[in-house]
Amino acid sequence: MVPVDYYIILSAILFTIGALGVLIRRNPLIIFMSIELMLNAGNLAFVAFSSVHKSFDGQIFVFFVIAVAAAEVAVGLALIVEIFKTKKNINIDDMNSLKG
Amino acid sequence: MNADLIVFLVLSLITLASALGMLFSNNAVYSALFLVLNFVTVAVFYLLLGAPFIAMSQITVYAGAIMVLFLFVIMLLGTENLAPSNSLPWQKPLAILLAVILAVESIYLVFARASSSAVITAPELATNSMENLREMAMTLFNEFLLPFEVTSILLLVAMVGAIVLTKQEKAGAK
Repeated sequence: MVPVDYYIILSAILFTIGALGVLIRRNPLIIFMSIELMLNAGNLAFVAFSSVHKSFDGQIFVFFVIAVAAAEVAVGLALIVEIFKTKKNINIDDMNSLKG
Repeated sequence: MNADLIVFLVLSLITLASALGMLFSNNAVYSALFLVLNFVTVAVFYLLLGAPFIAMSQITVYAGAIMVLFLFVIMLLGTENLAPSNSLPWQKPLAILLAVILAVESIYLVFARASSSAVITAPELATNSMENLREMAMTLFNEFLLPFEVTSILLLVAMVGAIVLTKQEKAGAK
């Protein structure tokens, strides 16, 4: 028997690591992976609550989140490839062409 | 200390270690592989929570499809190692400080304000059976039919969008 609190805390720590990754890394691919990690942390909390309440709603929400994440990754990676083709560099710090 | 708790602690240790490994690897390929490990351990958590379908979707979609796409793009662009840049030197310590505050605050809030007495017991044998899957499919296709269809349109739009974005423009074509 594991208290549901432990799962929520694990989810919170994973989310924090993901947020930290978005803040400190300069490689857009790793920033993307950190976003996936944050989505995953949210999913873990959803499934934990769904297990406590003996209901499928949380699991179905996770199913939709996985589908949306797949769509997001497809478009995001296409954008990164396109940026690389134009700038020959994908360092986040150099992407300031829109700066006024 | 019961067996469930030991399994949970060992798995969460692997999850956190692989997440930190993803964060601090210098090589993007290692980061991606650490993330695959992380997704697989989270899939084991889903099995422990009695969600076999989600666990399998997690492995096929996340650990399989999405991470292969990531590795493909990392190797295609040859951006395993980026040169460190110093444009915002104060940002890294500040970010670490804020992240620690966020973690401490959320753990404090879960224990102090939202503490729940609910416990998760190990799933029964019947949970990981076809019966469970059938019930979930009934919920998905009865109550959540419209979101399901919208998701399929979203995936179609993402597919078309990815192709349009990366399409080579032919010289002279309008």
